[in-house]
Order: sequence, then C-alpha cells, then structure tokens
Amino acid sequence: MALQLDARPPATPGPRDTRLRRAGRLSRIDAKYSPYLYIAPFFLVFAVFGAWPLAYTLWVSLHDWDLLGSNPTFIGADNYTQLLADSDFWHSVVNTLGIFVISTVPQLLLALWLANMLNRQLRFRTGWRMAVLVPNVTSTAAVAIVFGVLFGREFGMINWLLDLVSVDPIGWKSNRFASWVAISAMVDWRWTGYNALIFLAAMQAIPRDLYEAAAIDGANRARQFWTITVPLLKPTIIFCVIISTIGGLQLFTEPRLFHSGTNPIRGGTLRESQTVTMYMFENAFAPYYNFGYGSAVAWLLFALIAIVAAINVLIIRRLGAGAKPDTGRKGGSR
Amino acid sequence: MGTFPRHRLAAVALAAAGALLVTSGCGGSDDAGDGDITLTVDVFGQLGYEQLYREYEDANPGVKIVERGTGGNLDEYSPKLTQWLAAGKGAGDIVAIEEGLMVEYKANPDNFVNLLDHGAAELKGNFLEWKWNQGLTADGQKLIGLGTDVGGMAMCYRTDLFEKAGLPTDRDEVSKLWPTWPDYIATGEKFKAANTGASFLDAATNTFNTIVLQTAGNAQGYHYYDTSNNLVVDSNPAVKQAWDTTMRIINAGLSGKYGSWSEEWVSAFKQAKFATIACPAWMTGVIEGNAGPEAKGKWDIARVPGDGGNWGGTHLAVPTQSKHQAEAIKLAKFLTSPQGQIGAFKAKGPLPSSPQALDDPAIAEATNPYFSDAPIGTIFAAGAKTLKPVYMGPKNQAVRTEVENAVRTVELGQRTPDQGWQDAIANAKKAAAK
Repeated sequence: MALQLDARPPATPGPRDTRLRRAGRLSRIDAKYSPYLYIAPFFLVFAVFGAWPLAYTLWVSLHDWDLLGSNPTFIGADNYTQLLADSDFWHSVVNTLGIFVISTVPQLLLALWLANMLNRQLRFRTGWRMAVLVPNVTSTAAVAIVFGVLFGREFGMINWLLDLVSVDPIGWKSNRFASWVAISAMVDWRWTGYNALIFLAAMQAIPRDLYEAAAIDGANRARQFWTITVPLLKPTIIFCVIISTIGGLQLFTEPRLFHSGTNPIRGGTLRESQTVTMYMFENAFAPYYNFGYGSAVAWLLFALIAIVAAINVLIIRRLGAGAKPDTGRKGGSR
Repeated sequence: MGTFPRHRLAAVALAAAGALLVTSGCGGSDDAGDGDITLTVDVFGQLGYEQLYREYEDANPGVKIVERGTGGNLDEYSPKLTQWLAAGKGAGDIVAIEEGLMVEYKANPDNFVNLLDHGAAELKGNFLEWKWNQGLTADGQKLIGLGTDVGGMAMCYRTDLFEKAGLPTDRDEVSKLWPTWPDYIATGEKFKAANTGASFLDAATNTFNTIVLQTAGNAQGYHYYDTSNNLVVDSNPAVKQAWDTTMRIINAGLSGKYGSWSEEWVSAFKQAKFATIACPAWMTGVIEGNAGPEAKGKWDIARVPGDGGNWGGTHLAVPTQSKHQAEAIKLAKFLTSPQGQIGAFKAKGPLPSSPQALDDPAIAEATNPYFSDAPIGTIFAAGAKTLKPVYMGPKNQAVRTEVENAVRTVELGQRTPDQGWQDAIANAKKAAAK
C-alpha cells in the first residue's frame, strides 16, 4: 500500500481537488442563480399573460384598428388626443370615481368596525367571522342580477318598501346618483366582509399588552381603538385601500349586469352608471368594434389607477404620520 | 403512497399512455373526416331548428349538430361573434347574422366562406330577391349568408285588457280600429281613459323602430344611411316623421316605459302590464316565451297600423375558420331551404324568406294556438312577398342604438322631444364616425 502510494506522484489528490473546486464553483453558481430559476415561472407566466398583452394593447392603441378589419393603419397618438377630448370618456371617469368613493369609503370604515367587533369576546365567534365572508363566496353575476331586480323601477322591492313609507319611487337606473348608490350597495355587500377579515387578522397580531397598558392608563375602548388599533393597522389599511382602488376603478360586472335590455353596456340611457371599463368594452367591442380606441381607453384607465393609488397612499401616510411616526415608515416601505 | 407497488404504478402509467394514444387516434380520424363530426350552430333568439337538426342527423349518419345561444339576445351575441371572427377561433361552423349587422360583416367577407363557390348560385330562386341581395357583397362577387326569415309586421294585443277597457276584442274589428298610426294613438287614448291599470304599449322604442322601418320602406327604402352609405339621420324625412309620431305616443302617455328586452320588460309581460306590442313575425315566439303558458289564449294578432314594414331577419353564414366547411355549407343549405324554413316557422314562428315556402299551404293555413288560433300564415305571409325592405348602412346597429336611446330619454322624461332629437342626431353622427 505504502509502496504504491510512494510510487505514484501525488497525483490522486489533484483530480479530487479540481473536482472539489468544480463542485464548489457549481454550488456557488447554484446559490447565485437558482433563486432566479425558482422565481422564473411567475415571470414567464407574467410575461405571457401580463406584460405581453400590456405591450400589445399599447401597440393596438396607436392604430386605427377595426376589430374585424384586416389591415390596421398606424395613426400615432390620434386615439389618445381624440379620447382626451371625448366627453363620454370623462363622463365615465367621473362615474367610476363617484362609485369608487361612495362604495370604498363606507366599505372600509364598516369593515374596520366589523373587524373590531369580531375581535372581541363573542359567543360563536368563529361562526360570526365566517358569516361575514359568505357574501364574497356568491357569484358576482348572481349578486348583480338580484340587485338589478331589487332596484327595479316598477317591480323592484326597494321601491316597494319606499312606497310603504310613502316615499315616491326612485328611478334607480335612470338617476345618476341613485344608480351610483345602488351599485355601491352591491359592491359593499360583497366586499365588506372580506376586508373585515383582513383587518381582523392584522388586529390579532397587535400585542395584548399595549391594550392592557392603555387600559391601566385609563384609555377607554374608543380611545384604544383610535390610538392603538388604527395606527398599527396602517400597513393593512394601505393594502386594503390599494386593492379596493384597483378593484373599484375596474368595476365592470356589477354596473354591467345592473342594467338589462337593449345595449346595457351604455350603463343607462344617459350613461348614468357607465364605468371606464364599460366604456372600453363599448368601444373595443359592441357596438363600435374600434379596437384601437378601446385599447387607448385601457391605457388611460391604467394611468388613472396609478394616479389614484398614489394619491391614496399619500393621504393615508399623511393621516397616520401624526399618530405614530414609526409605522408611517413601515407603511411607506411596503 | 410509499407502499404503492412499483409494478402497479408502471401499469397505471402504461394505461394512461394507452388512453392518450387512443384519444389522439380519435382526434386524427375526426380531422380526416371519416369519423363522426359535430357541427356547431351559433344563434340568438329562437330560430326553431330543433326538429330540423334531428331530421338532418337521421338523414346524414355521422353528423351531430349542437346549437349554442338559443334564446339569447342579439346585444350579447354579436360582440361574441365578432370576437370569435377577430380571434380566428371559437365561432361555430354555422353562425346566424342579423340583417342590421350584415353590412358590417360583409365589409370583411374573408371571414366567411363565399357560398357562390359552393353551388349556392342555383338557390337564388329560393329567396325573395332583396333577401338574397342582403347576403351578397357590394360588388356582387361573394355571397356570405343564406337568408332564413323576414320580419313581417303585425300588432299583437291582449284580448283580456281590451275587453276590460271596453274595446273590441275580435282581430278583424281591432284591425279596423287603427288603419293609421294617429288612429292607433286615438285608440290608445281611449284605452288609457278606461284605467285598466295597464299601459297601452310596452316601450316607445319598439314602436319607433316599427314606424321608422315602415315609413322608410314605403318612401326611399333607407332610413339612417342612404344607399351610398351617407349618414342621413338628420335629413331623411322618414326618420323625422317616425320620430314625431313616436313623440305623440309618448306625450299621450301611452307607453309603459319598460325598456325593451330588460328584465322589467319581461316582468311586464308576465304581469299583463301593457296591452299592445309591435309584432314582427319572430316576436310571437318572444311573447310566448315571456308571457308564459298562463297567458295562452289571452293574446291575439291584428294588422299593424300604417302599411306593412319589415323588422329583422337573419342569414346563416359559414365562417372560414370552420373545420368542416363542406358539411356546414350542406347543413346551411338544408336549414334555409323552403322546407327548412317551413319547419322553423311551424316551430317558433320566424316568417320564411322563401317565396315557395310562403306559398306553401303549410304556411297559408298555419294558426297559432297561443294567440287565440290567429291565422299567422295569412296575417304575416300576406305582406311578406310585397314587402319593401329598408337598406342598412355600415354602422347601422350603432346608429340605431343612439336614435332609440334618444327616444328612451324622452320617454323617461330625461329630455324634451326637441333635446332628444338634437341628441339623436349628434350621437348618431358620433357613433357613425367611430
């Protein structure tokens, strides 16, 4: 054995050494690059179903593109200039923002209050907590159709109830503000519980001792809620606001199915509750089939959502800044 | 899982692979055309083909027919069809195209099989001339659709409500009540004075469309677009005349304001909330569906005020994206043949566009039990052959939507008649330019 070993020059450690070195290099490459490999599926899927349609929509929006036509012509920013001067487009923007404000503000406040209630010691607590999510499980289409019937002019239950207390029937579909309220009602019915559960989860992460300390200092429940719960919930509130903004500004199914009959995509005879997404659909598809113009609407909607989300974040950051600076930073870093 | 025997796993994998082979084998034979094929027919409303499909399947073993969209409304159907055509995928082997949208689809004829290349030319005599021409491209070189039905006009009414209002209920006497639209309005005023709790008519938009198609058909033969495709909403006297008549109807308070095709409209049928509705032949099927079996025998059909008119009607086309074009063309020819049209008429009431079918005793003697055994054959078929069609321009559907929408704003009291007319013109121009 020894002889053999001696007979050979120390060559055996050589390859082993390089193998080790190679393994080391591999593992370095592995450590360095495989995370990219692991997240790649998401980005591949996003590229196919997110980035590509986005870019393609932009491309389409620069053309005079009839949906059925075979050769679209490049017209630069014409669709955008025409759109910015289109009163129906701005009308739909106002509708969307109006419905968004009327639905989101009460919805989040109500959700916060609900979450606070559910966070207390209640009988059948789990039951209550699950119950608030039930509306979210129903299909949007079913909800919209049922609400559309409830808010009917002549045969609707709401007007019937109003009649019982001698209030004149309201044209829920032909009065602009009334239609906003009706649509907000169905959005809230569906989403309040969902937001309440998110708030509740965040509330449960707040350490109990903060409340105990506050109670010892003599703070009542309302005071505890506003000075402990709300500031500590800020990141969650921002999350909910952004999610609601995205959803609210893209509102389509509820207002679309709220109207039935001829050309419901118009959202009422005078476009009382036509949202931007409905306007986009009306132009890109029936009855105009102007794909380019519809795509331009889609891009302006994207810009609108970005602007509104930015404003929301600013407002909420400002609101919370006075109450508790640390969490303000935390909120900002999200 | 850990105890799962290895050989069994292998067996499962083998079986799965085998199944894959079998299914792909099936797919192959389908494409080759020697196996069973399924033809999909996309429709809206009620075309009444169910029985005809079964006959065809019996006569052509290996062909299975599936219909999609039965009972649906046109506003939902047409965007879907356009999307399928634009995407090059998704459309049925046969698609129904409504006459108001025909011009738009004809503008891009490559989406459809040119039926003239498949021996359709010899069928020309099977159709009313204008119906045939509607399916033909402007240069006359391509035929993209074979006609199914035409929308001959009548006025449907509820006998129980007429009786309650002290009006005659017999269809001949009712027809005598309204030789003209002003007479119709006068009758409506009488009906209204009787306070039956129901309105005289369903929605002013439906009545408007009837009047405008009638006046235009009797005048120049076009309404929103002239035959050179210029938008003439503001200058065509036929449109203004129909508008003014409709305003008189609204001012007299005759409309129930149930937005046509809305859920409220359907409820109003069920609850007998209006007494008359402008009634193209295909509408009889809609009334029966909406008012339900409990209203059987309470409806009847009288002649339409004014003179004739045509509302609606459909063609069948074969998209080029169909994988079974030859079979689809054969089926389309069968469904639009005189015999096919008679079968459809018997099932759901769409009035044939084939003169042979219109002359057939099966049509002439047809009655409809739902409408108090009204002789629908004589009522509708009488005017069909002399029917004066209205030309529909490129953005007809969009323009019509705007004008009818303006009618509706006046009906709902959101606009005065003058404001409404201004809106109609402005919005129609905007829609045509889009």
